[in-house]
Order: sequence, then C-alpha cells, then structure tokens
Amino acid sequence: MSPNLRIAIRFLLAKKRSMVMSLVGIVFGVAFFVVTQAQTTGFQELFIKTILGANGAIIIEDRFQNTIIDMPVDGSSFSLGDRTQRRLVLGVESPDEVRKAVLEQFPNVTAVSAIVRGSVFVTGPMRSYTGQVYGIDLDDHRRVSNLDGQIVAGDIAQFRQLSAIIMGSEFARILEVRVGDSVTIEGAAGQSGRYRIVALFETGAKDVDKSRIFMNLGDARSLLRRPFGASILQLMVRDRDRAQADAARMEQVIDHVSVAWQDREKIWLGVFFALRVSSAITVSSIILISGLGMFNTLAMIVLEKTREISILRSMGYTRRDISRIFIWQGVMVLAGGTILGSLVGVLLTIGVEQVPLPIRGIFKSDNFPVNWSVWHYVIAAATAGVIVMIASLIPARRAARLEPGDVIRGTAS
Amino acid sequence: MSTGTPIQPAGASSSGAVVIRCECLERYLGEGTGRTHVLRGVTFEARRGEVTAIVGPSGCGKSTLLYQLGLLDRPDGGRIVIAGKEASSANDDERTALRADHIGFVFQFHFLLPEFSAAENVMLPMRKLGRLTGPQMRDRARELLTAVGLGEKTGRLPSQLSGGEQQRVAIARALANEPALLLADEPTGNLDVTNSNLVFALLLRLAKEKGQAVVLVTHNPEIAQRCDRTMPMRDGLFV
Repeated sequence: MSPNLRIAIRFLLAKKRSMVMSLVGIVFGVAFFVVTQAQTTGFQELFIKTILGANGAIIIEDRFQNTIIDMPVDGSSFSLGDRTQRRLVLGVESPDEVRKAVLEQFPNVTAVSAIVRGSVFVTGPMRSYTGQVYGIDLDDHRRVSNLDGQIVAGDIAQFRQLSAIIMGSEFARILEVRVGDSVTIEGAAGQSGRYRIVALFETGAKDVDKSRIFMNLGDARSLLRRPFGASILQLMVRDRDRAQADAARMEQVIDHVSVAWQDREKIWLGVFFALRVSSAITVSSIILISGLGMFNTLAMIVLEKTREISILRSMGYTRRDISRIFIWQGVMVLAGGTILGSLVGVLLTIGVEQVPLPIRGIFKSDNFPVNWSVWHYVIAAATAGVIVMIASLIPARRAARLEPGDVIRGTAS
Repeated sequence: MSTGTPIQPAGASSSGAVVIRCECLERYLGEGTGRTHVLRGVTFEARRGEVTAIVGPSGCGKSTLLYQLGLLDRPDGGRIVIAGKEASSANDDERTALRADHIGFVFQFHFLLPEFSAAENVMLPMRKLGRLTGPQMRDRARELLTAVGLGEKTGRLPSQLSGGEQQRVAIARALANEPALLLADEPTGNLDVTNSNLVFALLLRLAKEKGQAVVLVTHNPEIAQRCDRTMPMRDGLFV
C-alpha cells in the first residue's frame, strides 16, 4: 500500500461521521439516479416496443411523382424530371417491386408486409362504430409486427379461414362483441360483408386497439374495391436505431414516402427524453449536495491538518503526494458510494418492477416498467465521479499549496 | 548549480565534513510597511558530529535561519549548498527530495500524526523514501524507539503518550532516514526540566553515535552551553 493511500485512509477514518454522511448521500444519489433512469427508460422502451409491434419500424406509403419539364434544345426538346416540385400519388402501386428493391438494397430490413388499408363502418349485434381495416398476408405481417404476442383472446390460426377477422380488444368492447361473433363491415365505396371474429388483439395503444381490424388481404381488396397495389408497406429492421437513416435513403432509392418510427412518434419520444433529462438533473442534485458535503469535510480536514501536512512536507512528501492524499480520500468515498449506490439501485429497481401499475393508452403494462441498462450505472458513476473529484481536487490543491515553513513558523510563534 | 563539500553516508566515520553551508543568506518577511529584513547576509556551515546551538533574543532570525537550512523556506538572496547541490535555486521537488534524503527535523511541538501509532509515525519518512522493506521499516522503528526509551510503547497513539515521550518519538522520527543533518527548533521548549535534559541528552548521544550534524535553536542557556558550538544571533546576523 502506498504511503499516501495509508495516510488517506487514516485521515478518512478520523472523520468517520462526516465522511459517512457524504458516503450515504452519494449512495442515495447513485441509487436514485439508477432507479429513475430505469423507470423513465422503462416507459420509453415499452412504448417503443409497442409502436414497433403495432406499426413496424418503417412505413412506406405514397409514391413521389416528379414534375416533367420540357427543355428546348436546338429546335427540338427533351423532358426532365424535376424533383423539387414533386407531387404524391396515393399508395404503393407496385408493392412487389418495392418490396424486392427494399430487401435487396437495405440489408437492415428483415421483412416487408403489404397492407391494403381503408376506413369502414362496423355493425355488431348491439352497436355500430367506425374503424379501419388492415388487409394483410398473415405470414408477412407476423414478421413485421408482434401480432402473435398481442392476441388476448381467440386463435390466430383461424385467421386463414374465409371472412375471418382479428379485432382490437377495445373495438370489441365498444361494439360489445366477442370471439366467435359476426359483424357487418361496410367499406367507404358501399361494398359490405359479414365477417367472423376469430381473435382479439391488444397492443396497449388505445388508438390502435379501438379502431383496427385485421382482415385477409383478398377479403380487404374485395371490400375496399382495391384489386391491386397496397396502401402502405410495413417494414421490420434488425437495428431499430438505423431506421431513420434507412428511411431517408429509401425515399431517394424507391421514390416513396418512407417514415421511420422515430419520426412517426417524435412527440412522445420527445416527452420521454425530457422526462429522462429532468429526472437525471433532479437526482444529480442529491449527488451534488453530497459532493458539497464532501468538499466541506475535506476542506475542514485541510484546515485542521495544516501542521500535519507541513510536517509530512518536511519529511519529504511532495506537493503531489499531499494532493494525492486528499484525492485518495475522494476516490475511496466515490468508490464506496458508487458500489453501494449501484447495489441499492439494483434492489430498488427490482422492488419498483414488482409494483402493480396497470397502464393502457399508449402502451400496455401491468407492473411498473423498468429497463435494465449498464449505461444507467456508468452514467451515475460518471456523474458522481465528476462531482466528487471536483469536491476533492479543490481542497487537495489548497493542501498542496501550503508552505510548510509558514505553517510551522505560525504554529511556533 | 555549484558544488559544495560532498556528504558522506550517515554513520560513517567522517567527523568534521561539512554537511551544509549557506552564504550571505538574505530573507525578508512580511509585506509593505511591515516588511522586515530578518536575515541580513548570514553565512554558516555545519559539520558532521558537531552540535551547534543558535541562540539569541526572540525575532533575531534564529528560526527563520533554521527553516532556510531545512529548505522549508526560500531565501531572498544568498545560497545554500547541501549534498553538493545548490538548494536555494532548486525546484520544489528537488528541495523535497533533499529534505527526504539528508534532513531530519525536530520542532518545539512534536507534530506527530495523531491517527498513527508511535512506530507508524517513525515509519512515515521511511515509507516515503522507500529504501527499506516493510519488515525492515518496522524493525528500524522499534530500534529507534528503543533508543529513545520507548521500546515498550511502539504501538501507542500519540494521545496515549506524555509530552516528553511525544517529543522523543519526534526525535526517533527525525532520525528515521539517518539524515546527515538534524535541525531542531526549540526541541525542549515545551518540556519540563527533567524531560528537557532527557531529550537534549538523547539528541546529543544519537548525533555523536551516528556522526550527524545537529543544529538547534534554543533559548535555554544551559542547553546552549552543553553544545560543541554556540552561535549567538542578533538582528539577522551572527555576532
């Protein structure tokens, strides 16, 4: 053990009570930092999983159509596409071509589901309500959503039968229907048919659960009078964080509007980010206050130990040694506070995870959602590290600057 | 950097060799109108095996000279040569290294670290110098404490020792690294007559045995008389 560390330990133990107070502050600061980050990112993570599970990572919709400009050249003319004045053609006219292009040129994309979408009027035995039909190929759609995980009643396998539909649980509640019941669905073009509910799904996102009905692609084409093409393509990706960049490039490559989940849900994601930052700032103030306590304690030790510091200097301890003695004290409190704080953080997070909290609306949860990430601990440790090191460095520098001759002369006179 | 008389290892039979020399040392203390010319061109040298007492009235510059010799303070003029090195112009790290290697201090107050036992206090300079292993340091601390009559109290904290005992631990600590020069500022100033005589006799004996140069500042004429050399100071100069 280095002599500096040995001295630091003794100085620290001599100020046990003050140091324990600083240590406890850092323990709670780190623990609360970890648990609040686990909670806020838990909500955010659940929200992201919900929106990815319902609507995929990227949606490809309307096609861009460039305006054609005629350019006269030497008495004749040629046509030029003007990308600056584009207009939109609704839907995806050639879904198979777009699917092929996307899968070939974007290795991050894992699956594509073509969807024929349209507004409908649904009439049950008791009530009627407006909704939106999603005509899908079940196998394709399973790969771009979490439909299997969202089924809360019935059997998804029966969806392959003719005139089968899967309805949002909230929609079913409004219509007062259940699995096995039949409803009449009328498209905007006037076409209507009778369909049997084979399963109910619940994403947790109320807007989806109270309006969406999944129908086989063929049935939907017939109901919505859309024999070819697709309204949208729903895509799933390997790395969700790259979806935004992929979508931006997709627009250039396939000339269709492409929207990533980050842009689709910008407002909610902004709210979650603001909550995370706000809770981090609030909880960091606990660490800051502990840091101030630490600063006070170390500054007090420097004041009380000027003679001892001078005598150490007289026997050959350098300014750097003196500085290190005080920095070591900070490091020990920091290390203890961070380790204990992280352990308390783990226990608190486990405890919070058990708290019942039924939430429906933007996502579905029955318990407090938490997200486990090593980064919460790293950031908490780094925050505590910066604050404690600043709190230690200032007294350490002051101690190192002491002139031993001045101190000893002052004591002797 | 000028070269002075080389220092030989402590304990060697090198009585008479110059350990430290200062020439024309100047020092001002205070600021503005309170600025005082404390050392006015002092020249001094200390030799191995010789005990020198610096005496004089309060404020004549005795302690200031001692702190200059101990490299705890910087002169405003003149030079100090120790271990063949010009110390007055050396940087802080070099001066600190010279202190660790060649100088031991005993002050009027013992300045023991209250959190460390007597033996641990004695080991503090050894740990910094790092020449000995842990067991060797412990053996040497025990040996030194035995030499000052505290062989049975090595594990005691300073608060569990009397004033005389604390000062004897401070002497043992000053001798820990076998310094060539031992500087003592009123080492008996805080002690009763019995303990004063005991501590001074101890300093004298250990210095003679180890061939160290001892420079002590004292107000006590009896102690000054018992030194090899007495150098009276007045108004910043030897008279």
